[in-house]
Amino acid sequence: MIGLEHYLTVAAALFVIGIFGIFVNRKNVIIILMSIELMLLAVNINLVAFSSFLGDLVGQVFTLFVLTVAAAEAAIGLAILVCFFRNRGTIAVEDVNVMKG
Amino acid sequence: MIQADLNTLLPEIVLAVYAMLALIGAVYTGKDKTAPLILWATAGLFVILAAWIGFAGEGTQTAFGGAFIDDAFSRFAKVMILLSAAAILLLSQDFMTRQDLLRFEYPILVALAVVGMMMMVSAGDLMALYMGLELQSLSLYVVAALRRDSVRSTEAGLKYFVLGALSSGMLLYGASLVYGYAGTTLFSGIVTTASDGPISLGLLFGLVFVFAGLAFKVSAAPFHMWTPDVYEGSPTPITAFFATAPKVAAMALFARVAHDAFGGATADWTQIVAFLSVASMFLGAIAAIGQRDIKRLMAYSSIAHMGFALMGLAAGTAEGVQAMLIYMAIYVTMNIGTFAFILSMEKDGQPVTDIDSLQMYSKVQPGRALAMLILLFSLAGIPPMVGFFGKFYVLKAAVDAGMVWLAVAGVIASVIGAFYYLRIIYFMYFGEERDALDGSITPVAWVLLMGSAAVMLVGVINLFGIEGLAMAAAGSLVN
Repeated sequence: MIGLEHYLTVAAALFVIGIFGIFVNRKNVIIILMSIELMLLAVNINLVAFSSFLGDLVGQVFTLFVLTVAAAEAAIGLAILVCFFRNRGTIAVEDVNVMKG
Repeated sequence: MIQADLNTLLPEIVLAVYAMLALIGAVYTGKDKTAPLILWATAGLFVILAAWIGFAGEGTQTAFGGAFIDDAFSRFAKVMILLSAAAILLLSQDFMTRQDLLRFEYPILVALAVVGMMMMVSAGDLMALYMGLELQSLSLYVVAALRRDSVRSTEAGLKYFVLGALSSGMLLYGASLVYGYAGTTLFSGIVTTASDGPISLGLLFGLVFVFAGLAFKVSAAPFHMWTPDVYEGSPTPITAFFATAPKVAAMALFARVAHDAFGGATADWTQIVAFLSVASMFLGAIAAIGQRDIKRLMAYSSIAHMGFALMGLAAGTAEGVQAMLIYMAIYVTMNIGTFAFILSMEKDGQPVTDIDSLQMYSKVQPGRALAMLILLFSLAGIPPMVGFFGKFYVLKAAVDAGMVWLAVAGVIASVIGAFYYLRIIYFMYFGEERDALDGSITPVAWVLLMGSAAVMLVGVINLFGIEGLAMAAAGSLVN
């Protein structure tokens, strides 16, 4: 029997993979965008699992909002990335270093 | 029913509809030729809305089943956000025109970001919180990268986007846990679960994730990494915008979540906020010492100031929220004046941001140097200026809440932080003679610079009565 905890474990694993994808990845920025999507999807799994477990629809409504915003976020991220590529000629993570933070 | 809901939301609706109409209007008519007109119209609308919200608002109304709250606290924050955004828009016109950056999208994006901020401070539900936060953040990512042909500006936009999206993800993961363990997304529902005996582990995890996400947005250490790069890379007027309105909105949202949603679990979150506060104050004070670029320096300065504002929140009392609101109002006023000065730093028509270029500035422009001197003293928190009273209120709130160690840490950090403000003053008055800056100042920037310096002196009398307003605002949030 698959219960709530299984869903939460999968979501937590996906979320951690997403965070590691942002910090450990040294290749290119597209992978960071994919990792961000992964984090948001982990949140969606969490919300839907809780919603079904609690018998409360609000979680699924929340999921729809998150999906919509994730699409807008990806669009803006890619747009900024295209501008950056035009100026710098590369999207490798180690080349995002004109300013040292 | 829906009529009353929409009435409560009317200022936000007016602004959102205005932004969409302005976008369509500009696209179908003169495009960038209409930019100055839209800029002034947007700033005018901000001021009108601020007056409307400030004078007409009364009592506490909720809309959409508690998802949107209009109370004295949200009105106080909204007036601050609208007025500072209007000031920054007017301040930016001349700079943007000369740098060929005055596109019609700029005021519209600022208007949309302001709608998001107004939603944030009024949020009464995790969904409303998330939508407001994202509307603000997405607009800000785009304005950070407004100078499309510059590596620095696009890099600032990219860094802001990646770290902002990461923080939204953390906040959202926390929100999903809070929803699961509290069974509702409404703050009023969460607060009853949270004050029901000891807080459950799942809810505590959710709280920590939500607070980490919010700490990113207020750029509190250890979640501050994006701030210096974004401040340095963005065009200066946009840096000025980042340093004012979004900070107020994020800080107000922080207080809203802490008190409205987790008001019953004060003991659990005051420790987290106190840690964020100490870390930000010291990091801001120490890391700024090595900076030569005034925009990076202002970034670290804002991190330190956020630490002080968080100290008010860490007290966990109505008095603490009042202190935080007063601190933010003073901080925003000081920053508008300081950035009006930074925008006038130019040599041969090119903006200069190196603090060495200010050597003996007092000889060239005694008036502006004097105003900057007052603002820097105020930023450092030296007694006769208003900035001192902001610090005084938060320290007093911390001491009254029994957090003497936090207040002591704050005083030490502010002494360390005074060094880099005083160094700029030293350069301006006692530096070596060299080729002086020759930038002129626009009338708007002059008025804002002199006005904010005058406020720092005159405000000492009674802080313009802001104390009582902040108290009423804090009272509506904490009960």
